[in-house]
Amino acid sequence: MAWLTRKKKKDTPEGLWQRCTGCEEYIFKQQIHDAHECCPACGEHFPISARRRVAVTSDEGTFEELGADVVGRDILGFHDAKGGYAEKLVKARSVSGLGDACVAGRCRIRGIRAVVAVLDFGFLGGSMGHAVGEKVALALDAAREDRLPCVVFTSSGGARMHEGALSLMQMAKTSAAIHRFKQESGAPYVTVLANPTTGGVTASFAALGDLIFAEPKALIGFAGPRVIKNTIRQDLPKGFQTSEFLMEKGFIDRIIPRREIPGELARAFGLLLPSSPSQ
Amino acid sequence: MARSKGGTSALPFEKPIEEVLQDLEALRRAHAEGKKDLSKEIRDHELRSENLIREIFARLSPWQRVQVARHPNRPLVSDYAESWLTDPMELHGDRRFGDDPAILTTLGRIGSHRVLLVGHRKGKDVKEKVACHFGMAHPEGYRKAMLKMRLAERFGLPIVCLIDTPGAYPGIGAEERGQAWAIAENIQDMTGLRVPVVVAVVGEGGSGGALGIGIGDRVLMLENAYYSVISPEGCAAILWKSGDQAPEAARELKLIATDLERLGIVDEVVAEPLGGAHRNPGQAAASLKQAIVRALDDLGGVPVDVMLRLRYEKFRRIGAHLFN
Repeated sequence: MAWLTRKKKKDTPEGLWQRCTGCEEYIFKQQIHDAHECCPACGEHFPISARRRVAVTSDEGTFEELGADVVGRDILGFHDAKGGYAEKLVKARSVSGLGDACVAGRCRIRGIRAVVAVLDFGFLGGSMGHAVGEKVALALDAAREDRLPCVVFTSSGGARMHEGALSLMQMAKTSAAIHRFKQESGAPYVTVLANPTTGGVTASFAALGDLIFAEPKALIGFAGPRVIKNTIRQDLPKGFQTSEFLMEKGFIDRIIPRREIPGELARAFGLLLPSSPSQ
Repeated sequence: MARSKGGTSALPFEKPIEEVLQDLEALRRAHAEGKKDLSKEIRDHELRSENLIREIFARLSPWQRVQVARHPNRPLVSDYAESWLTDPMELHGDRRFGDDPAILTTLGRIGSHRVLLVGHRKGKDVKEKVACHFGMAHPEGYRKAMLKMRLAERFGLPIVCLIDTPGAYPGIGAEERGQAWAIAENIQDMTGLRVPVVVAVVGEGGSGGALGIGIGDRVLMLENAYYSVISPEGCAAILWKSGDQAPEAARELKLIATDLERLGIVDEVVAEPLGGAHRNPGQAAASLKQAIVRALDDLGGVPVDVMLRLRYEKFRRIGAHLFN
């Protein structure tokens, strides 16, 4: 398939090709799409929207959205140098077609019933405000009530500071929901960490998975690399805060390429649960 | 705990207060020397200084309150522990990695209650401040806190958590040892502790580093403390592209006690002595102790299952009243 990866010609129509950030080859966009937003040549993982993640994770036609009406609001009346948070929300909505940075719903994964919540990095950096916290908690509540596995896919810069301490409290809200889920559901809570997962999202629902999977080479941590650098005033070691680094340190169960994640989720459910909840 | 003597430790907006207090001190000295009866002047001056302090503190901006929360003379967690606890016994170590001095865990009695007190330690002198990373805890600190809270749970001791941190420590070791994991696990596990937990934000409530010991049945907050998702300087650096806009960020973040009470994040704001806790640490300790003992008394009568359900609801529905 060398023709797929050859250099872009000058007369190539714009928008059909994308340069890989990993191998720097020009790749036909349809091929990236077919590879679940990964480079078919080198395997580099590109950002994936929440809708696309749902599509590649759930069995076709099985996704039923939860909390579609839960959207963020500018509770504090927050304004910064570039304007108001309310306007930022409006813009993010029109660009992404989403109500907020999370999509949640019931679905089947390789035939097994589950509830998923997916963060969308394209919506204000996947940041967690009250709507994101609420939707993650809703997914956990639904999974608990139906005694189903719950899977949360993360990609987020952390808490959404435009919502002040209310966004901080989403760490408490989601963690309380996870605590109850683990006590009552009898089903696993699995997190899948994608690039990047940092701040308050890591320090709450991302880190609390019964199983924690990560995509290769994702940036995962609490404090951002720049904040750490400014604090300790020295260079950071190579590979610091990557999936591979965190697995070596003991904080991640498995690193799994994106295309294999649905199959591995289903396999894990099958191994953990006495009878598959597909019946 | 020395009272502010003016000079270097006074905040810019405290300067007029310091001047009046210095005049008052001079009058008192002259009076004590007995050359002249100055009692009327002293009374006038006392009244003037009180009015001035009340006036200045009534219109503090959020950023000025942040500065009060960080005041070099502000009483620290260790001061409250010293003032309240009889029969204190500090406990050390997380049994896994080490002992983080940035988290204080101590058994003791507050009034008639046997308690575990957990709090951020900022350090009293330069050496201690450095050892405590200025109150920024590492994962082993959060794990120590959880281990001691489990101990308290086994013996039915209520837990008092005092928050005063700029944030969790951002460093290589902290990340290597799972800072995010330590904080997340504390938040999750505190939700299920089968003993009453009373939380009080006494100074800086810095983000996840604060919340890591911040889940409880009652959340109290001192009048001039702040509690925020990010420091005003950090927020300004990102959204204003300059740390100099921290005052604007502090205003927008709604991080002061009365705002947080309105948002349903804080249950009770505890008044500080006139001019801030640093002007009368003894009185600050006494009124906070009173509020904490009252909360412990209230929670003592609640059946465990009811208490846990209410605690879950409190955080599951946080801010819900704002969305209707």
